[in-house]
Amino acid sequence: MPLLQINNMSHDFGGLRAVNNYNLEIEPGQVRGLIGPNGAGKTTIFNLITGIYQPTEGDILLNGQSIVGLKPYQIAAGGLGRTFQNLRLWRHMTVLDHVKMAQYSKISYGLIGAFFGTPKRRKEEAEIEEKAYTLLELVGMANLADQLIVNLPYGDQRRVEMARALATEPRILFLDEPTAGMNPEELIKMMEIIRRVHSEFGLAIFLIEHRLKVVMELCEIIQTLVFGEVIAEGSAEEIQNDPKVIEAYLGKETIH
Amino acid sequence: MVAINSGNLAEKKTLSKRIRDSFSQVPLLAWFCGFLVAVLLERFVGDPLTELLGLPKIPALFGAVTVLKKPLLIPGTLAFLLVIYILPIIIVPRLCAPVLNRLAGWLFNVSPAVSVAIHLGLLYGILHLWADISGYRLLTLKLTLIAVIVTLSLNVINGYMGEFSCSHPGFLALGAYTASIFTLLFFVDDKVFGSALLPKFLGPFLFPVALILGGLVAAIGAIAIAVPSFRTRGDYLAIISLAFMFIIKSIIENLEFVRGPRGLSSQPNYVDLPTVFIWTVAAVWIINNFVRSTTGKALNAVRDDEMAADAMTVDTRRTKIVAFLFAAFWAGVAGGLFAHVLRYVNPSTFGIQKLAEVLAMVYFGGLNSVYGSIVGAVSLSLLGEALRPLEIFKWIIIPLLLILVMIYRPTGLIAFKEFNVMNLIRPKEKT
Ligand SMILES: Nc1ncnc2c1ncn2[C@@H]1O[C@H](COP(=O)(O)OP(=O)(O)O)[C@@H](O)[C@H]1O
Ligand SMILES: [Mg+2]
Repeated sequence: MPLLQINNMSHDFGGLRAVNNYNLEIEPGQVRGLIGPNGAGKTTIFNLITGIYQPTEGDILLNGQSIVGLKPYQIAAGGLGRTFQNLRLWRHMTVLDHVKMAQYSKISYGLIGAFFGTPKRRKEEAEIEEKAYTLLELVGMANLADQLIVNLPYGDQRRVEMARALATEPRILFLDEPTAGMNPEELIKMMEIIRRVHSEFGLAIFLIEHRLKVVMELCEIIQTLVFGEVIAEGSAEEIQNDPKVIEAYLGKETIH
Repeated sequence: MVAINSGNLAEKKTLSKRIRDSFSQVPLLAWFCGFLVAVLLERFVGDPLTELLGLPKIPALFGAVTVLKKPLLIPGTLAFLLVIYILPIIIVPRLCAPVLNRLAGWLFNVSPAVSVAIHLGLLYGILHLWADISGYRLLTLKLTLIAVIVTLSLNVINGYMGEFSCSHPGFLALGAYTASIFTLLFFVDDKVFGSALLPKFLGPFLFPVALILGGLVAAIGAIAIAVPSFRTRGDYLAIISLAFMFIIKSIIENLEFVRGPRGLSSQPNYVDLPTVFIWTVAAVWIINNFVRSTTGKALNAVRDDEMAADAMTVDTRRTKIVAFLFAAFWAGVAGGLFAHVLRYVNPSTFGIQKLAEVLAMVYFGGLNSVYGSIVGAVSLSLLGEALRPLEIFKWIIIPLLLILVMIYRPTGLIAFKEFNVMNLIRPKEKT
C-alpha cells in the first residue's frame, strides 16, 4: 500500500478548475517532484493535501485512510509536514520558538502545566528544546536560535522553515519551491540539506520546484502540471525529452 | 564646528552610558531597599518635613493633586519629593549594590523560590508602608493592583492573540455581580437577599470561592462570544464582543433581583491589601506561566500566521477559545475584587468608559508583554487619580498622551518583552 494515495482529485475556485483529475502515489522514502508553469495549480495541490482546501472531487488516502475533511492541524500531526512558497513565518517569534512550536501536538502537560509550570512541563519543554536544537543544527541555524526570525536573511529564514517543518516529525515532507528567490550559494546549501534530510530521516519528499536543475537532480519521479492537469509523469530524462513538456513548459524556459 | 559637535555628542553618549552602566549593576533587591528607605523616611520624617516646607499634609500621590490645586506649593512639594523619594531611590540602591548583589546571589543559589518569596515580601512591605499613610492611598493602590489583573488579562487577547476584544467590562460585571451575590447571600444580613445563610465567620475563608465563581461565570459568558467568533477566520470578534458588553450591562440594569440600575451595596469588607496583593501576584504568575509555555506561545503563532500555525500541528481554534476563556476568567476575578473593594457596584460602571480605560492601559503599556501591562495599568491608574483635579481636562491629557505613544511607539511602551522572573531576581554583577 502506498503511503499517500490521491485518486481523481479535482478542485474548483468558483468557476475556475484549478486542479483536474489529479492522481498520485508516494511510497515511503520516495522523492517526487512537481513542476509546471506559474499558475498551473501546484500550490493548490499542496493546499488540498494538507487540508487548507477541500477537494471538490476525489479522495486522499494516508496509509489507506481518507484524510479528506480533517482539519489542517490533524493532517499535519498525522505526518504530513510542509513549507510554504511564500515563507509563512511568525514575525514576532525567535528561531528557536519556531521549531519548538511545531512540536505542539506532542505536548502532553496540558493546561495545568501551562498555568502552573509543573515539573512535567519543565521536563517536556526541555525535551522539545533539545529536539529543536538538533534540527537547527541539521540546517545549520543553531547559533542563531535566539534571534527574532525577521532579523535573518532570506536564505536563513528558508532553512528555519525547513527545520520547523521537520519538527512536526513528518513521514512525507512537502516543499513548495524551497529554493525560490535564493542566490546560487544558498541554493547549493538548501539542496544539500534536502539530501541530508532524506537520507537521515528516510522521509518521503514531495517537491514543487521552479528551477528544473533542482528537481532533475533530486527527484526519482517527476510530474508536469499544466493548467491543473498532469501532462507527463516519469524520470528526469523522460520528462526532459517528452515533447508535450517541451512544448508546454520547457519551450519557454531554458534548462539551467 | 563639526568636530566640536561630534565631540560633545561622544561625551554625552559616554555620560549616559556611564550612568546606565552603573545602574545596570544594581540588583532588584537593592532597588527594593531604596524604595523601602523612601517609604520609611516618609513614615518617620514625613510629617515634620511637610510642616517645615509649609505643605498642608504629606502629598498623597507624589504631590500632583496638591500642585494642581495650589501652584504656590510647587517648590515645597518638589523639595519633599526630592528628599523623601528621589534621593533615597537614586542613592541607596547604588550604595547597597555590592552587598546586595552578593546577598541576591547567595539567595538565588540557596533556592530561587525562597528568593522570589523574599522579593515579594519586600515588595508587599513597601506597598503596605506607602499605603498606610492615608485611606485614599490604600484605595488607589487596591484599584491599581486590580487594574493590573484586568489589563494583563485583556493583553492575552488583544496582544498575545492579536484579536480585538471589547468585552472586558462585561466580564468584570459578571465577576463583580457573581461574587457580590455569593457574599451577600451567604454572609450578610441585608435587604436584598435576606439574612445570612451561613455563619459569618466562614466568609473570609470562602471568599476565594466567590472570586473563582465570578471568574467561572465570566468564562461561561465568554463562550457565548468565542464560539461564534472563532468558528471561521475573520474579524467578528470586535463586533460580537462589543455587543456582549452592552447586552450584559442592559441585562443587569433590568434584573430586579440585583436591584437593576441602583446596584448592589454593603458587600462585606473582605478585601484588605494582602488579599488584593496575593490575587494580583497569582494572576501575574499564572498568566506569565501560560504565555511563556509553548502552549501559550501558540497564541503568537496564530496571530502572526494562522495558516502556518495550523500546518505546524497547532489546534488553532482550541488555542483561541482557551485563551479567551482564560482571560475572561481573570477579568471575572478582578471584577469580584473590585466590587468588594468599593463595596458597591452598579451596572453603569461597566460601560464604554471602562472599556476605554482598560484598552488605554493595554495599548499604552505595550502589547504582548507582562511588563507592559503592569506599567500601563500602574501609570494610567496613578495618572488618572493625579489628574483628577483637572476634571474634564483629564480626558484631554490622557488621550493626548496615548496618541503620542501610538505615534512614537505603535505597540506601546514595553511591547514584546518576556517577563523572566529568574533574570529579574538574579544578582547584576559586572560580566
Ligand atoms: N484562493 C484562491 N482563490 C481563487 N483562485 C485561486 C486561489 N488560489 C489559487 N488560485 C488560482 O488557481 C490557479 C493555480 O494557482 P497555484 O496553485 O497557486 O499555482 P502554482 O503554485 O502552480 O503557481 C491560479 O490560476 C490561481 O490564480
Ligand atoms: Mg505556487
